[in-house]
Amino acid sequence: MFLTLTTDLTGFDLPASDFGFLLHKNPGRPQRTDITGGTAHVFYPEATTERCTAAVLLEIDPIALVRAGRGKSSEGFTLGQYVNDRPYAASSLLAVALSKFFRTAMIGRCDARPELAAAAIPLEIHVPALPCRGGTELAERMFAPLGWAVDARPVPLDPEVPTWGDSRYVDLRLTGVVRLADALNHLYVMLPVLDDAKHYWVGSDEVDKLVRAGSGWLGAHPEKDLISHRYLAHRRYLSDDALERLAEADGIEVADEAPESEGPVSLAVERRTTVAAVLRELGARRIVDVGCGEGALVGELLKDPMIGELIGTDVSARALISAKRRLHYDDLPDRQRDRLKFLQSSVTYADERLAGLDAAVLMEVIEHVDPPRLPALSHSVFRAARPAAVVVTTPNSEYNVRFESLAAGKFRHPDHRFEWTRAEFQTWASGVADRYGYAVEYRPVGPEDPEVGPPTQLALFRRMEVAA
Amino acid sequence: MKIDVPALSLVILVGVSGSGKSTFARKHFKATEVISSDFCRGLVSDDENDQAATKDAFEVLHFIAAKRLAAGRLTVIDATNVQPEARRELVALAREYDVLPVAIVLDPPERVAVERNEQRADRQFGSKVVTRQLGQLKRGLRSLKREGFRKVHVLSSVEEIDAVSIERTRLFNDLTDVSGPFDIVGDIHGCLPELEQLLTNLGYTLTRDAAGRLVDAAHPSRRAIFVGDLVDRGPDSPGVLRLVMGMVAAGNAYCVPGNHEDKLLRSLQGKNVKVSHGLETTLAQLEDETPEFRAEVATFIDGLISHYVFDEGKLVVSHAGLVERMHGRASGRVRSFCLYGETTGETDEFGLPVRYPWANEYRGRAMVVYGHTPTPEPEWINNTICLDTGAVFGGSLTALRYPERELVQVKAAKEYYAPAKPLHVASAPEREPDVLELTDVTGRRVIETSSHGRLSVRAEQAGAALEVMSRFAIDPRFLLYLPPTMSPVATSKLPGLLEHPLQAFETYQGVGVTDLVCEEKHMGSRAVVLLTRDDDVALKRFGLAGRGAIHTRTGRSFFDPALTDELLSRLRAVAVEAGLFEELDTSWLLFDAELLPWSAKAEDLLRNQYAAVGAAARTSLPAATAALSSAVAAGLDVGELLATMEQRAVNAGRFTEAYRRYCWPTNGLDGVRLAPFQVLASEGATYQNRPHAWHLGIADRMVAAGPDVITPTRRLFVGPDGWDEGVAWWEELTGAGGEGMVVKPALNLVRTGKGLAQPGLKVRGPEYLRLIYGPDYTEPANFERLRDRNLGHKRSLALREYALGLESLERAARGEPLWRIHECVFAVLALESEPVDPRL
Repeated sequence: MFLTLTTDLTGFDLPASDFGFLLHKNPGRPQRTDITGGTAHVFYPEATTERCTAAVLLEIDPIALVRAGRGKSSEGFTLGQYVNDRPYAASSLLAVALSKFFRTAMIGRCDARPELAAAAIPLEIHVPALPCRGGTELAERMFAPLGWAVDARPVPLDPEVPTWGDSRYVDLRLTGVVRLADALNHLYVMLPVLDDAKHYWVGSDEVDKLVRAGSGWLGAHPEKDLISHRYLAHRRYLSDDALERLAEADGIEVADEAPESEGPVSLAVERRTTVAAVLRELGARRIVDVGCGEGALVGELLKDPMIGELIGTDVSARALISAKRRLHYDDLPDRQRDRLKFLQSSVTYADERLAGLDAAVLMEVIEHVDPPRLPALSHSVFRAARPAAVVVTTPNSEYNVRFESLAAGKFRHPDHRFEWTRAEFQTWASGVADRYGYAVEYRPVGPEDPEVGPPTQLALFRRMEVAA
Repeated sequence: MKIDVPALSLVILVGVSGSGKSTFARKHFKATEVISSDFCRGLVSDDENDQAATKDAFEVLHFIAAKRLAAGRLTVIDATNVQPEARRELVALAREYDVLPVAIVLDPPERVAVERNEQRADRQFGSKVVTRQLGQLKRGLRSLKREGFRKVHVLSSVEEIDAVSIERTRLFNDLTDVSGPFDIVGDIHGCLPELEQLLTNLGYTLTRDAAGRLVDAAHPSRRAIFVGDLVDRGPDSPGVLRLVMGMVAAGNAYCVPGNHEDKLLRSLQGKNVKVSHGLETTLAQLEDETPEFRAEVATFIDGLISHYVFDEGKLVVSHAGLVERMHGRASGRVRSFCLYGETTGETDEFGLPVRYPWANEYRGRAMVVYGHTPTPEPEWINNTICLDTGAVFGGSLTALRYPERELVQVKAAKEYYAPAKPLHVASAPEREPDVLELTDVTGRRVIETSSHGRLSVRAEQAGAALEVMSRFAIDPRFLLYLPPTMSPVATSKLPGLLEHPLQAFETYQGVGVTDLVCEEKHMGSRAVVLLTRDDDVALKRFGLAGRGAIHTRTGRSFFDPALTDELLSRLRAVAVEAGLFEELDTSWLLFDAELLPWSAKAEDLLRNQYAAVGAAARTSLPAATAALSSAVAAGLDVGELLATMEQRAVNAGRFTEAYRRYCWPTNGLDGVRLAPFQVLASEGATYQNRPHAWHLGIADRMVAAGPDVITPTRRLFVGPDGWDEGVAWWEELTGAGGEGMVVKPALNLVRTGKGLAQPGLKVRGPEYLRLIYGPDYTEPANFERLRDRNLGHKRSLALREYALGLESLERAARGEPLWRIHECVFAVLALESEPVDPRL
């Protein structure tokens, strides 16, 4: 909520206080403006011939912030939206304030001192509490390529609880000789990118804003992918408020779905291709994708005209809405839509709507179920739904050592309740097969490593028909 | 003339246009019982005589009839039904719902019908139509009975039609007016000595004939019900038959037939049956009896009704069980289910048919008692129980006392017959998890609670709860209860305070509750603890191995399985030491507690949310105030802003102090403490009517038994003149950094003129509220806005969740089926997804 910009205009033979012309803000007159959820102030703690500092301070009103974010409904927010670091940390709100105060400076215009606006000037920037996912090292990586000398210091979470270590804030100081308009645009883009938090108020024109603010420097930035990904990734177009409320009732944080740390994206593709091939081999016409998530496999299978009935289920209503959106479900031709159905369902309850199909797919599903609940899953799939074939895939934990980015002993996804070796998976699968009258065989997914096997393992269960 | 119509049947009127069907129907049946094709034509086309709408009209007619029959309501079809195809569809409908189809044919002389049609302005289709219909009717009349009608009544004159009266007769299986008590006896299979012993143990007086043979048994206040399979395999099938036949004839017993009786009857009737599975034994034994006795046996079996519905529909007895949709119905299908059950078409490794596990899916209200499938121990599954414990295979003969639900068993003297598969593997090798179905929890639901009437859950709420329950909750067999949300007190009018005890005292006084208890609000997480007395209780009582559970208010386990078991065994030792299992006469115990510290569960939240706020404030505010001070020194007009920021720094410091009280280091279970404050349930009992003094007394005994793991709950009882003392106590608690207190009616569950009283109101301390309302909530500008709190929704929610919680406890204590408990538990979670101001 606070930052300062300082210059001494060394080498320009001008009083440092001419900085005020560049910023279009009179050093003698503090200004204020309303922003979402509060008031922004700009003032000069120091404005002498030698040195001039402009400070931007946000006075955030959390009560107003919640009301602004929620429209008229005053009840449906979570405590996390209410008691949070926004009043203190340099978040996207500060970026918004910068763009409001310094709109003209950001496009590099200054009629009073045009040569100064066009020139690189000595600047010091101080952001005392910058939320920075990735720590001081990432701050360095982000600002150094832009010509800044970076002094980023970690802020301890609580000095009285040293075991907690550092917070996600850094105390950031940048020094460099940079055009003011560029410096402001750097901050405008980097504050939200480093924060990497949900933007409750992100609009649909964010892409345009990024293109505008990043012109001239973003294209050449070595981290440009990460910057644009983070800048745009957190648009919340789906409400999951109810879920967050329930999590909060337990005092549990709602984690952002972290990307899988499985390395190349191609593994997910490979998994889908393998599963689709197995289904074709089975000649399955009526298929349920249990735990379909956002519908990637369903989308793939829909292309196969031999499949007459396709059901995607997920326990998350939100995931199903995503899946429908991804596949443009509502705009599909009637014939296509008749083949496809999305149902909210759960693997720990028997669902009679799924009974008697040709095949059920549980792709990367079982590892999201607590081991004590697996018998309920087997019952609902192998007894209640009892399809002719079941395809189960799950990570092969032996392969984890091949993922460089994965720390030893860590799971590939924060929600994984377990990851099995090939032996562990086969023990489970053969037990289930025996119990419910299926024959089971195992197949690799992805390149098979001579030592640790494939990255993903697949079990194919076929129902054994009892001679009448 | 009198026509008997079974109370549940599909009555099909047959007659040409103008034969008087509608008049007849109006005269003898309720208007809502009659569905007429003319009316349905009108529904779909605005014209009762629009023949073009006939197809749609009949679809509507069939749809309505199906709904009525599914609900068990007598239904009358008022259409011409002169064509066999039309009747065939209706007979099929009756079969589908297992009700009896009855035809009443109105066949007055042709001219009567023609005249009637001529008198009606809206029916100008001439006499040809009537003549054609009459032809169709006459052709079909002779074969009506063969079309599958149970009864066909033909009325062939105006006088006859006018003179008829309709009498509704009860179905033979309808004994809803007989309420017991009963002793229901499992499969006997000729084990007369065991039966004799069992009846004696049950208190029956036996009667013998001159030859010393048992011919009757009577109890002064009870009657026996036999679930069938009296005969075959065992030592004395004729003796068992003689006794049971005597008891039934004397009105001392009821009996339903088993598949073995059915086969015996066919054999006695000279039909070609394969003599096996012990029938050979019975037939040989019957050889020694008189032909008269054999004839009596045949008559007896022939007269048996395949199932009975007793006690206002609360008890159903049949040999092989019965799905709910067939209760009280009559059809060949029902009879076949009763005798043989349903099979999957598969056979197991012993070559026996695999039986369809209908009981797993049973969701009916009636208790279903049956036999047929030998099991080592009788086991309740969804309010059904199989009493066949394989007496003839050397197991035991079992009786169920109804309504007591007690089992009485007599061990078999020996193995009379070798079973096809060993008795101990008779049931599945490993018990199936009690099957919960998606339809037990999803969609809009209405739950009847004993304390707060019918409560409903919306479909979207259930959807949100489904995800949380499926992804995070513990096994539903250990999840008997979720605690309700609690409302805070009404907002205080005192300066600088949002909450104050006076509002709690006043609110309760307002509904006439003046004896209150104030309980310290622990600085921890709400925890529900399911405790078992020893290690085999959980498997036996809940069907799940383990020692119990310690879960959060949304059903997650606090700890991993190893730590959970360790803490449970410490708590078990405490409960044993305190003598709780003996005192409450139970093998398990459910109680409500607070688990401390809060950081044990919520460390991530504390770190990432609360501590982060502190860290950001600590870093940014000094920089901001320093800059503002310089600006003030330079003569800028930012003094007010400086003062604001300085105050914010002070508030952030207090906020940090507030959260720090909730953290202390734990390592495994070291440092973890539990503060029980209420006993929720035990076998057969719930405790919402015991005063809090009793509950806290139990808690104190647990503290005494395990001071290293149990933390006491401080409390103060406040009467009508103790308000000052209550306020002072709260000030002392919160002044010392405490979270606050909860004010409850001392008597516990209290009903007032306006219904249930709130079970508790929380009064939180001003510093704790900083964590909820933000560091700066005490600033006057914020404070005035925050005073405006809407408590109505929260209160209503708190009461509804409280009632659902009590309902789940009562169902659990009574040993009701899992789905009945789970639906309440699930409903609490669903209501918790409601958008409510989270600061309340």
